[in-house]
Amino acid sequence: MDTGRFGTYGGRYIPETLMSAVLELEEAYNHYKDDPEFIQELKDLYINYAGRPSLLTYAKNFTEELGGAKIYLKREDLNHTGSHKINNVLGQCLLAKKMGKTRVIAETGAGQHGVATATVAALLGLECEVFMGKVDCERQALNVYRMKLLGASVHPVTSGTQTLKDAVNETMREWTKRVSDTHYVLGSVMGPHPFPTMVRDFQKIIGEEVRTQIIKAEGRLPDYLIACVGGGSNAMGLFYDFIKEPSVKLIGCEAAGLGIDTPQHAATLAKGSEGVFHGMKSIFCQNEDGQIDEVYSISAGLDYPGIGPEHANLAAIGRAQYVPITDAEAVEAFTRLSRSEGIICAIESAHAVAYAEKLAPTLGKDKIIVINLSGRGDKDVAAIARYQGEDLYE
Amino acid sequence: MSDRISQAFKNGTAFIPFLTCSDPDIALTEELVLAMADSGADLIELGLPFSDPIAEGPVIQEADERALKAGFKVDQLFTLVSKLRKHIQIPLVCMTYLNPVYKNPVDHFLVQASQAGLDGLIIPDLPYEEQAEIKEPCQKHGIKLISMIAPTSHQRIIEVASHSEGFLYCVSSLGVTGMRSNITDQAKDMVMLAKANTTTPCAVGFGVHTPEQANRIAQYADGVIVGSAIVNLIAQHGRNSVEPVSQYVRSMKQAIV
Repeated sequence: MDTGRFGTYGGRYIPETLMSAVLELEEAYNHYKDDPEFIQELKDLYINYAGRPSLLTYAKNFTEELGGAKIYLKREDLNHTGSHKINNVLGQCLLAKKMGKTRVIAETGAGQHGVATATVAALLGLECEVFMGKVDCERQALNVYRMKLLGASVHPVTSGTQTLKDAVNETMREWTKRVSDTHYVLGSVMGPHPFPTMVRDFQKIIGEEVRTQIIKAEGRLPDYLIACVGGGSNAMGLFYDFIKEPSVKLIGCEAAGLGIDTPQHAATLAKGSEGVFHGMKSIFCQNEDGQIDEVYSISAGLDYPGIGPEHANLAAIGRAQYVPITDAEAVEAFTRLSRSEGIICAIESAHAVAYAEKLAPTLGKDKIIVINLSGRGDKDVAAIARYQGEDLYE
Repeated sequence: MSDRISQAFKNGTAFIPFLTCSDPDIALTEELVLAMADSGADLIELGLPFSDPIAEGPVIQEADERALKAGFKVDQLFTLVSKLRKHIQIPLVCMTYLNPVYKNPVDHFLVQASQAGLDGLIIPDLPYEEQAEIKEPCQKHGIKLISMIAPTSHQRIIEVASHSEGFLYCVSSLGVTGMRSNITDQAKDMVMLAKANTTTPCAVGFGVHTPEQANRIAQYADGVIVGSAIVNLIAQHGRNSVEPVSQYVRSMKQAIV
């Protein structure tokens, strides 16, 4: 039996009550992923609903300002619902429907995954309930209303730190209460097997498109791929098709919050240690007693104390490199890209842009960097304004 | 190594109370355990507080939060068990999520658990398929690894039950821990299937809180586990909870003998 291991990471560490659901999901996924009809339906949704393929934009101004490597932006921000999350949600909801499930539940941090799930649930006629930390509901009030508009119920989670980690806890608890008609649409490459593999497979289209697009534009593969990492789904989606290309360097950007030398960060690989949590063996921010840390980032989508097991393995074997980016660096990049390219990206994605700002000037003009713009930044405008001292509320 | 756990099931249906260590402080936990042992408990589950208890309902979640706020450290569990062992010989089993054991790390946790006199571990986020890496060191240190089955387990029950040791924890119904008004006979079917495949005693937990429920379960199960109802009494009465908890344990034990 495939237990979903990436090196020593992964597995499925969940309550017995959920085991049959997870085994049923694995079996269904293994069947439908090779089913021509399922593949065709999903492809049709990607093209005609999500708006794929997303563009690969050459960032001419940004490249010239930085004065080094050529920078391309993979425009997941242009997808329907405004982020890469729709790729995974379309796949999982279509699968849930094939499995005869009538209800989907999901956790959300920034609200992007919740909005994507509510959207696809509306499209496919599934009942939808979203769990969101109370703190995040306040940070992302517009997304809460958006989900309600789409017909979903939103449950503010008041336990623990009231952020993404607690939203995952509560969604798992909800799943144990009502499992037979319900699919849990997990939003990232994390959780128990088969989620890390399945979510990566639904996101790998990002990297596959980049390959075609960059070969068309430049006639060769890129030198660097850069993406932000919370749980890590947009990064895994970008990286996966290039793991076997040793010339392509893979860089994940973690949220360093106020700095990795403070307790206020979410930089799992920089500061965490091995553990077992949320269904997987991976790396987590935790104390010496194995209690999971409260983490912090300006970005609700990266504010998570763990990382997907495949990333933990890519880091362990040295195939990918992970760097911490602070709030201040991300906000600066957010502002700079807006002015330089006329693109307001998500504050999550701005972490990747910030690292490109550091890296590009150190490289020759013949080098190529692709940054994954995992989402658009409309949701972040008010928060960034407040960060910069403006008294702006939605 | 004496097998205290199997002794617990030799005086009729076992009553198995649960409480969260260090809720609201470790001294009271010690008093409560001694009082429960004195009031008819046959085996006691010590909950190790965890930051993210995904199998727990609000009552035990809040107890974990109180315990962690009170500064609970894993080492205190071992000190507590060592102290208790000077007074009582009833089996003590720790219910913990895997991460605190894993981080300790595993071998170190088990050495201390064994030296202190702990008899078993229940790990709700460690399903049968992932047990191997923990079970072997548990056996080495004489700690029983208690398996769980649930209403959704269906045919898995056969395999889980036939490899079980200590006792088999039968989750009465869907959902997280917490008091329920209704426990259906779904639990009975599950216990029957398990019993056909193992001689390990089967104890039913999750949702049980009244003597009537306990009595009904005692008709077919070897043990009745109660957590949230006790934790709720501790939350209500705080430092004055020894008496109400003792009374409650007595009433539950009476209902099942």
